[in-house]
Amino acid sequence: MKKLNGIRLKHRKNTENCETVTFPVPAKVKLPMGMHMGAPCTPMVKVGDMVKVGQKIGDCEAPFSVPVYASVSGKVTAVSDYQSAMGNVCKAVEIESDGKQEICEDIKPPEITDKESFIKAVRESGVCGLGGAGFPTHIKLNPKTPLDTLVINAAECEPYITADYREMMENTSDVLNGIRLVKDMLDIKNAKIAVEANKPEAISKFTDMAENDDSIDIITLPSAYPQGAEKVIIYNSTNRVVMEGQLPSDVGVLVLNVSTVSFIYRYTQTGMPLISRRITVDGNAVGEPKNIMAAIGTPMIDILEFCKTDMDSVIKLLSGGPMMGMAVPDVNMPVTKTSNALLAFTKYDDRKPSACIRCGRCVNVCPLGLMPAEIDKAYKLKDVDDLKKLKVTLCMNCGSCTYVCPANRKLAETNQLAKTLIPRK
Amino acid sequence: MKRLIVSPSPHDENYLKTSNIMLNVCIALVPAIIAACIFFGLRALLLTAVCVGCCVLFEFLCRKIMKRENTIADLSAVVTGIILALNLPVTLPLWMAAIGSFVAVVIVKQLFGGLGQNFANPAITARIVLMVSFPAAMTHWVTPFFWRETADAVTSATPLALGEGSALPSYLDLFLGNVGGCMGETCALALLIGGLYLAARRIISLAAPVSFIGVLALLSFISGEDPLYQILAGGVFLGAFFMATDYATTPISTKGKIVFGIGCGIITFVIRRFGSFPEGVSFSILLMNVLTPYIEQLTRTKVFGAKEAEKNEG
Repeated sequence: MKKLNGIRLKHRKNTENCETVTFPVPAKVKLPMGMHMGAPCTPMVKVGDMVKVGQKIGDCEAPFSVPVYASVSGKVTAVSDYQSAMGNVCKAVEIESDGKQEICEDIKPPEITDKESFIKAVRESGVCGLGGAGFPTHIKLNPKTPLDTLVINAAECEPYITADYREMMENTSDVLNGIRLVKDMLDIKNAKIAVEANKPEAISKFTDMAENDDSIDIITLPSAYPQGAEKVIIYNSTNRVVMEGQLPSDVGVLVLNVSTVSFIYRYTQTGMPLISRRITVDGNAVGEPKNIMAAIGTPMIDILEFCKTDMDSVIKLLSGGPMMGMAVPDVNMPVTKTSNALLAFTKYDDRKPSACIRCGRCVNVCPLGLMPAEIDKAYKLKDVDDLKKLKVTLCMNCGSCTYVCPANRKLAETNQLAKTLIPRK
Repeated sequence: MKRLIVSPSPHDENYLKTSNIMLNVCIALVPAIIAACIFFGLRALLLTAVCVGCCVLFEFLCRKIMKRENTIADLSAVVTGIILALNLPVTLPLWMAAIGSFVAVVIVKQLFGGLGQNFANPAITARIVLMVSFPAAMTHWVTPFFWRETADAVTSATPLALGEGSALPSYLDLFLGNVGGCMGETCALALLIGGLYLAARRIISLAAPVSFIGVLALLSFISGEDPLYQILAGGVFLGAFFMATDYATTPISTKGKIVFGIGCGIITFVIRRFGSFPEGVSFSILLMNVLTPYIEQLTRTKVFGAKEAEKNEG
């Protein structure tokens, strides 16, 4: 079996032993209608409406979409235009909290009898990939080809982030129950929980609890970034290769993030949709790094201040990990369904790129065996044929090439730009 | 609103810089410089200083005249200077060393676009230009330790140029560098230490040096020559560890590096055996430099999960 390349990063999991702290009810929340990948929702409330916790405030008819629920009770103060850190534009509902956190009467456990009702319930829960990508989960659960293996992505390979780790430690049984539920509902034979080797306690906890269940395997992934990338985790846990143009389901695999599967189980028990999530708050500007359970829509600045962050010194704020996370332009932006971390830094590497010395480090680290240095050259020449031959479209933007480049060239960024030159079929 | 810096991922920093790599190469060359001083006297140090000084100066002036960003801080000119000096006989007039530095930095490197853009190894090309221009001065070899004995340098031949019947130096002398030759190429031990240091720091890959030296030894053995003598004599170690591993002028992929090393080994053997020059390392590396773009095209990495070339389409 061929070993895929990877890089050793400093883990900096400073918060791995920080038990989750629940963030107090925020004074105001802003809920973007497009926190998931796919069509944004249409707001179902208008200014002045009173809403309760868990009340549906946005939905969409498009199948590739998930609804949005109110995370606090209170009054809708605005339905405004919103631009996400990714640059996507959609509407956002702003709610002023009344502090009572009254629960919506509609909240009750969903009736699940078969695969169809299960998938419908997953959609209604408002869940999308909680690992950061935000892919609507119910779409993944309903592929055209049969599934035989469920891979639980518990790699959490990015530095700093421990949100998934805390889920594994604090809600281990929810994770396992979620796995069994998905397996039963979708008639999947085997499940594999793939955990990176730097989380030995989670591995032993899962191993102990799943001891009597032959259908659940615990896979220890090497501690090399990016283990959590879908193609990498599928290959390392099932030895199957997802070919160019294929989906994981084409090789019979369903990959779910560990927090996602755990949430799905809790939703089926309580009926409370996705209105809060765990966020790792860290970075050198943060005085007290923590894991926080915060209402979705809470302004980032509230959470940072709660963690004793010196706001004046912050010059860079990331939503997500330092390798693939998004730089946030404004501290007042809300946390979304996909924010697994909030990292605030006082430093920024402003070295300018210098000439490529052709050292080949980017080639040696690319998990997919791409040649970023050659892609860089072909992009400069706008050589579309060569870019196609170099398979730039397969790049998953893990950032390893940029990370190792001694000339500080922005290779991952160039790969994304190069992709745009290739016409889509 | 507070101003935040927005930039594309990744945001994590890695502190390895080009200058860092070059500094490591300089460190790896220190044993060879020390060996040169021991065997050929302090003039070796002077010659190195002149080459380094000229290379840095030419790089600075050239960038200035071309109105490009000043790049002397990346230390690549220092590396070129040291490697060039190690490729020269210790008695070479200093002005010739300056010409060599000019050829290396200005003609071979900067005129082709600077660091990473040159197709040929600057130091090798400069050595060849000097060898063709000043054959007498460039083949004026002196015996080691001449500086301790007399004021006049005693001329000697390099081990590869020794005629039939003359006494050959022992393996130990060859390994330690107690023979005539360019000031940096004689001491295989010092070069080996430097090369292994670079490999341990993961600055160079051993693919090219190993295949270079291996193929040369194999061919020498097959043709009935003494393989150990062939690899220890001449500039094989200097070439294999410090010039056949040059980033800019050798292939990126491991497969390509191996092809490059094999090619160097074959050409060196052919020149030594059948050519009119006693030594072929420089020419072999230069010729393989020229072939590098083609090797590169043929040895691209296999992309994980990529479909084979689209034969069925169109």
